Amino acid sequence: MIEIKGLTKRFGKKPVVEDVSVTIEPGTITSFIGPNGAGKSTLLSMVSRLLEADTGEVLLDQGNVKKWKSSEFAKRVSILKQSNYLNVRLTVRELIAFGRYPYSKGRLTAEDEKFIDQAIEYMNLTDMQDKFLDELSGGQKQRAFIAMVIAQDTDYILLDEPLNNLDMKHSVQIMKILRKLVDELGRTVVIVLHDINFASVYSDRIVALKDGKLVKNGPTHEIINSDALREIYDMDIPIQEQNGCRICVYFNSHA
Amino acid sequence: MRKNSTKLIFLAVLAFICILLYAFYDIKGGFDYAFPRRMIRVSAMVVTGIAIAYSTVVFQTITHNRILTPSVMGLDSMYEVVQTCIYFFAGSMSVWVLNKYLNFGAAIIAMVLFALILYRFLFRADKHPIYLLLLIGMILGALLGNFVTFLQVLIDPVEYLSLQNRLFATFSNVKADLLYISVGILFIAFIYGYRIMGKLDVMSLGRENAMNLGINYDRMVMNVLILSSVLIATSTALVGPITFFGLIVANLSYQYLVTYKHSVLILGASLIAIIALVGGQFLVEHVFELRTTLSVIINFIGGIYFIYLLLKESRAAG
Repeated sequence: MIEIKGLTKRFGKKPVVEDVSVTIEPGTITSFIGPNGAGKSTLLSMVSRLLEADTGEVLLDQGNVKKWKSSEFAKRVSILKQSNYLNVRLTVRELIAFGRYPYSKGRLTAEDEKFIDQAIEYMNLTDMQDKFLDELSGGQKQRAFIAMVIAQDTDYILLDEPLNNLDMKHSVQIMKILRKLVDELGRTVVIVLHDINFASVYSDRIVALKDGKLVKNGPTHEIINSDALREIYDMDIPIQEQNGCRICVYFNSHA
Repeated sequence: MRKNSTKLIFLAVLAFICILLYAFYDIKGGFDYAFPRRMIRVSAMVVTGIAIAYSTVVFQTITHNRILTPSVMGLDSMYEVVQTCIYFFAGSMSVWVLNKYLNFGAAIIAMVLFALILYRFLFRADKHPIYLLLLIGMILGALLGNFVTFLQVLIDPVEYLSLQNRLFATFSNVKADLLYISVGILFIAFIYGYRIMGKLDVMSLGRENAMNLGINYDRMVMNVLILSSVLIATSTALVGPITFFGLIVANLSYQYLVTYKHSVLILGASLIAIIALVGGQFLVEHVFELRTTLSVIINFIGGIYFIYLLLKESRAAG
């Protein structure tokens, strides 16, 4: 279990995340939503140790994440940030093999190869595993990076806006795979999302931030309603049910 | 992978041929006299080549930039400061010049201390972004450079001529004892380097990906900065500053051996460095008949290659 307790982060004097406490339930997809600049990515970065919090703490299995050994932490929690620019020229398979580094330290065993093969298959990358990353489209590249994180075989997978720059088809593909990871393999996924409808359709729980503060935290059906959304986004958003999914029709709301 | 090992063997053979050529070609005036001297020079070139290639590749990995060399940290300027101060305050006949150990020790300690103070105590490399550190290093380098020029203007012209010899890279008067010390330092650096090869591979994925994979990234950056400072300090104290050289060999290695593996890249860059230095010195001695010096050729070719890289990068960016 990951517990976030009273996290605060300031850049200069301005608090970007202010006194946020959330518990991440294992075996769920939790979406972080909120307007631009709400502190979603910063919060995710602190949970994954990329950023140090000013005050407050993050606990993984009751142990402060700062106290975890880096190599052990990397076997439990993985993070994928937005920018996937690489300075080196790698093939898809080479990139995914890096996901095994916490276990193999660069010397791949037969077991590592098995995990790599599984991750490749999971992300439908078999045909292009020997291609160089710079030959791929944005969606394929994104899938390769997610495959790396899958090969890392962590209980917790944190993703910072993985749908950025992806078209509808690829976005749906990726969300479906994340759902499978949770339902079939029992992983826990924490994801920063911009499109509220993806959050509504695919996540179990939603954490809503605004101006660095936690405004809503609960099961998806409690958050996806016009009252809660008005509080988060300052917009009147009508909700329509479609095959059991709640869709927010925000396109012509008064903003 | 197999293709890369073939390439490495090819480079190794070429390097070996260069060394043999340099050691045995046209030996005049007594084998017993010339051969040991040539061997010392060749060894100095091999040591310098490896130190510069190694430090440049690891430096470029942590800065994620292929047109930077460790000399932007101002180490070369620090070397000039030490030598100029010695000539200015103690004079060319002082023990600081005549005693090779003292001079070598003073230069190397000053350069490493400079790097340590800068990156360990003043601007903790694990607390500040690396570009800030590089910028500060560059500015301090420029400051030291100006200070050196100031002293050189005041110095006695005869002394200055003797100082100038120190400030150009030269392989012809390397002392064997200093060479052994340098080999020792290089050996220690290699043992450390061998242990972090895998980590360097992961670090080339960038800070966030490397941290995700369990690398203590900011600490590693500091360690690698200090490692490359020690290597550069050793080679500079041994033969003098060579500016563009690391840049050429590192980039040739990336181009020739398309891989992310540092063990391969560093080996390739080192072999290319040996070929360039030993082969180049052979040309200088036997083709140009000492009418020019190796560092002039290196800086000339290096400068052209640097412009080529800049144009290539800007085209890639545009």
